[in-house]
Amino acid sequence: MSPEAKGQTIGKDAKDMQELKLTVSSSPHVRCNESIPKIMWNVVAALVPAAAFGVYYFGINALVNIIVAVVSAVVFEFLWEKMMHKKVTIKDGSAVITGLLLAMCCPPSLPWWMSIVGSFLAIVVCKQSMGGLGYNLFNPAHVGRAGLMVSWPVAMTTWTQLNGQVIDGVAGATPLNVFKHGGQDALFTLFGANDWGSIYQSMFFGMRNGSMGETCTVLLILGGLYLIWRGYVNWQVPVIMIATVGILMAIIYQSPNVALFEMMAGGLIIGAFFMATDMVSAPITLKGQMIFALGCGLITVLIRVLGGYPEGVCYSILLMNTLTPLIDRLVKPQVFGAVKAKGAK
Amino acid sequence: MNLWKVFSRGIIEENPYFVLALSLCPGLAVTTSVINGLTMGLTVWFVITSNNVVVSIIRKTINKKVRVPVYITCIATIVTCVQLFLQAFAPDLYKALGVYLDLVVVFAIILARAESVASKNGVLVSFLDGMGMGVGFTIAMFVISFVRELIGNGTLFGVDVFGPSYMPALILALPPGAFMLIGFMMAGVKMWNQSREKAKQLKAMEGSEG
Repeated sequence: MSPEAKGQTIGKDAKDMQELKLTVSSSPHVRCNESIPKIMWNVVAALVPAAAFGVYYFGINALVNIIVAVVSAVVFEFLWEKMMHKKVTIKDGSAVITGLLLAMCCPPSLPWWMSIVGSFLAIVVCKQSMGGLGYNLFNPAHVGRAGLMVSWPVAMTTWTQLNGQVIDGVAGATPLNVFKHGGQDALFTLFGANDWGSIYQSMFFGMRNGSMGETCTVLLILGGLYLIWRGYVNWQVPVIMIATVGILMAIIYQSPNVALFEMMAGGLIIGAFFMATDMVSAPITLKGQMIFALGCGLITVLIRVLGGYPEGVCYSILLMNTLTPLIDRLVKPQVFGAVKAKGAK
Repeated sequence: MNLWKVFSRGIIEENPYFVLALSLCPGLAVTTSVINGLTMGLTVWFVITSNNVVVSIIRKTINKKVRVPVYITCIATIVTCVQLFLQAFAPDLYKALGVYLDLVVVFAIILARAESVASKNGVLVSFLDGMGMGVGFTIAMFVISFVRELIGNGTLFGVDVFGPSYMPALILALPPGAFMLIGFMMAGVKMWNQSREKAKQLKAMEGSEG
């Protein structure tokens, strides 16, 4: 090869290099397929069946409340971000989830304007005033619910009379409330049942009084399983929370029947699958999340057995949210390759 | 020192409640009605002004080492006068304010003004400072109690405003609602102060260029 030809080859290589146009960028270089909107809209999809059942079962006022809560949550998020000159993030679906969960945790007979106040508390007070998505200390939907509970205790504990279509008219009480104040006999009267089997059936398929979206156990579990299958939720969290309640109730009441009932009653299923697994307000590591779930179950049992309210899922999750930073610190994983200092325990 | 500035700074710029964040407890406890809030505000206004004057007069005779007990004694004397006055002329209010009237003695804002202003300045400056801080505190009490009584109870000065169909939002009548309200008000005052500061800087820059 002549020196001339060699020079040409080198020139060609250099030209090739130029045409490659390698981009230089900072890390991360490998991105996963997930994004906030994708996760959020998947959670919405997982919640919709249970919400739809609530509308079918409780009637038109449930639909009105769900729509009002979702729309007002989105509108509050939009207005606040416009007012604060922040990037408008209503398309990521997080406000939709907050509104939907808030409505699903409230009684179906709630006046529609209370849903707006609840959305305000959830979006503006809890989420946006702390910095927006990813910064809120508490689960926004539960903050909205707790605020409404403090503000209008009567409206928040008035449960619609069922239409008599499935079980005979049961006015003004949820199964948990009846059980707490009347015991097992009152519960049997409530469901018009003679054995636990038919009570479980009603509870499992959602034929009972309660908040709009918390009644249908089977649809909530299916939605939760979908999220677990997608990998957005660690199965340990709902399992530990529900199991803690079940085991403690079985010990306290000396009855596995009551334990099974308690596991399906109130907002435990929706709370365990959709609230305790909140990516923002729950701990980061799996170990931390498991401690979190254990604490939630424990406080739920304490409130249900000893507290003034018949149901304690909302407050248990809010209380454990306050402990999230401490749990995160407790279970901080060791940095890869790091060695413990000499003399450290 | 500009005397007008000494007076006016307590109203917005250095509002004792929203900016200095001193003596927050009465805002949670007694502002459930406008009458209670206003009385508390006026009481503090009177106590802070007279205490500033008294401390300013005796500032040169006080031994530095015992100055805090001396201030507290002065404040306690003035507060006792107010208590006896209220007991005689407005016994209902006296009962409503309860222990918080006694607590005025240890309000941080009063001691803070005595320490930072009255012990170093003449009578006139101390007096104006006390007046300004008192106005700022009274405005804060009034605004908080106005919102809390209107929304949390549906009344104003004890008069029904919205009619019987109104369902009061109890959260504002309770301490957690007051916490949230005060937080948002603090944020609002801070935003206003910042925008004023910015406007002032812009003006100064334009002035120097022109």
